[in-house]
Amino acid sequence: MTSNGVLVEASGLKKHYPLRTGFLASFLRSGGRRWVRAVDGIDLQIHRGEAVGLVGESGSGKSTTGLVMALLEKPTAGEVRIAGRNPFALQARDLREMRKKVQIIFQDPYLTLDPRFRVIDTVREPLGIHRIGTRDRRQQMAARALEEAGLPKNLVDRYPHELSGGQRQRVAIARAMVLEPEFVVADEPVSMLDVSVRAGIMSLMVRLKEQHQVTYLFISHDLAVCRYMCERIAVMYLGRIVETGDRESLLQEPFHPYTRLLVSAVPVPDPKASRKRVQVSGEIPSSSEIIQGCGFYSRCQEASPECAESVPPLREVAPGRLVACHKV
Amino acid sequence: MSAKTGPDRPVLLKVEDLSVSYRLSEGQVEAVDGVSFELDRGETLGLVGESGCGKTTAAMAVIRLLPDNGRVTSGRALFDGTDLLQMAAQELRKYRWARISVIFQGAMNSLNPVQRVGDQLVSALMLHGIPRKEAEQRAAEMFQRVGLEASRLTGYPHEFSGGMRQRALIALALLLGPDIVICDEPTTALDVVVQDQVVETLKHLQQRYNQGMIIISHDISVIAETCGSMAVMYAGQLVEYGGTVEIFENPGHPYTAMLLRSFPSIKGELRELLTIAGAPPDLSKPPGGCRFHPRCPLAEQRCRDKRPPARSLGSGRHTASCHFAGQFTLDDIQKKEAGRR
Repeated sequence: MTSNGVLVEASGLKKHYPLRTGFLASFLRSGGRRWVRAVDGIDLQIHRGEAVGLVGESGSGKSTTGLVMALLEKPTAGEVRIAGRNPFALQARDLREMRKKVQIIFQDPYLTLDPRFRVIDTVREPLGIHRIGTRDRRQQMAARALEEAGLPKNLVDRYPHELSGGQRQRVAIARAMVLEPEFVVADEPVSMLDVSVRAGIMSLMVRLKEQHQVTYLFISHDLAVCRYMCERIAVMYLGRIVETGDRESLLQEPFHPYTRLLVSAVPVPDPKASRKRVQVSGEIPSSSEIIQGCGFYSRCQEASPECAESVPPLREVAPGRLVACHKV
Repeated sequence: MSAKTGPDRPVLLKVEDLSVSYRLSEGQVEAVDGVSFELDRGETLGLVGESGCGKTTAAMAVIRLLPDNGRVTSGRALFDGTDLLQMAAQELRKYRWARISVIFQGAMNSLNPVQRVGDQLVSALMLHGIPRKEAEQRAAEMFQRVGLEASRLTGYPHEFSGGMRQRALIALALLLGPDIVICDEPTTALDVVVQDQVVETLKHLQQRYNQGMIIISHDISVIAETCGSMAVMYAGQLVEYGGTVEIFENPGHPYTAMLLRSFPSIKGELRELLTIAGAPPDLSKPPGGCRFHPRCPLAEQRCRDKRPPARSLGSGRHTASCHFAGQFTLDDIQKKEAGRR
């Protein structure tokens, strides 16, 4: 993969949101506003044609990372580079051109499709916005994208409420793919779907990636799904990436104490399997708390004083394996 | 307390031929159609299936907690030798919660937000005639057993995290020492680490109290790890039933076989996932014959014509409702599936 070069790169990426407080509280408190540090310094490289899984618990900042990488939110600090260019430093026209190349697929296919639009119109709309082709051409392109997404032909003139969850997600995928993007952020695209339908959507996404050489950032809380979708996995905790690595080596030999905890907690669909659990205390802290050192310090069994003092940098500990832990 | 309805096995609950229908704007919908299963003391039964397959409806019908538009149209639910479905409402109230309790789905939001969590436990005990002093003591004990600090008893639900609320609800469900606990998707909204801790707590408590437990879940991994037996439902019908290991090793219904192979795992060989074409049917107009036939690679004419009866497989109570039960392998399915494409 490396030979293909880096397509997407985040460096020092931060996204902080102001915490809404009551009038009185903000008046009385000294020291200014409080912030939710949703993303708090991320470095990540995604190679052309690669799928990277971004895994973490709710509140880890993975969806916010996705929104920034999909150019839907401006970073508070740091930058995203796509094909070597910082989109937020571009002229409006160039940014628009870049947006065509970067698409996002959301979790809930019930919320993301306009209920008043027929399926074909939903998929055609982005082509119109970017003024691609003639009306007839757009119609053809939309129809082809839907066909590639595996939506039965007789459904293209239907409205979203007439479709099942899986069919809707196929429409959302077709809408993202119709612009022939280079980079697609998929935020939990299968987590709302029924089990029997999920595998179909997963293999569709893998097939589209191979056919069109798309690069994916695949956001999921489910390590098992990431294993099937992605070559590489990045684990997030409290706004930072704590470990990245090739899927098999990361799952078989996780280095970071948090990754070890996460991997050990995943149930296995085999009644005879037994697994060793990693013990842990507490739950993920709120991202509005200001933590000096490692975010996992309060729960880590192996923590030592230095872990409370400085944030461990992400560094290479084995070929292709980056870990942010003072103890590894 | 133990209810012996059979000569040798301590069967706690015996559900026979249960059917439930809902009155909806599009007409009468048969959500559960002729479902039978049993639950022993100390047994954990998994009710597995996708959304809308009737797994929650089947379990709620047993303790008669159906929504207003739902109605049991046939069947029996024998508990302690009495049919819960025929019992007078007054009588049933004595069974609910004290003998059979429920951890509802999305339960994290089912605690009363303006009452201290401890008071909610205490009032549940007092409603069943336990004096306040003793109730408070028992609430504190139960809190510790589910892994919550007793000091939390004076907290309000909003001060609890999702996992802690789920633990509080487990405490509430176990408080009166029920014979049966029904858990409806007990882990669905929880993060994986918390989910794992909750599952461990449930398993641990079940060993301690030896109740019968029914876990309703769409998550095959959770079922594999917690349930000794399982009932697979599809489109309102029971398609397969038996020991979990037996079913995983030798699925007798193509739906089960494909479902098991459509589930990703972090362990084992990275095999291609199996896709089940199509989607579950609309239950207001279910397909004739076997309800799975439109999606089944093995389907033949008789599958379209005739509903397959439950066939016994192997030993014990393993049954599968398929005309080809016990006569196909996963290879057959994959070959036929490839041929259909």
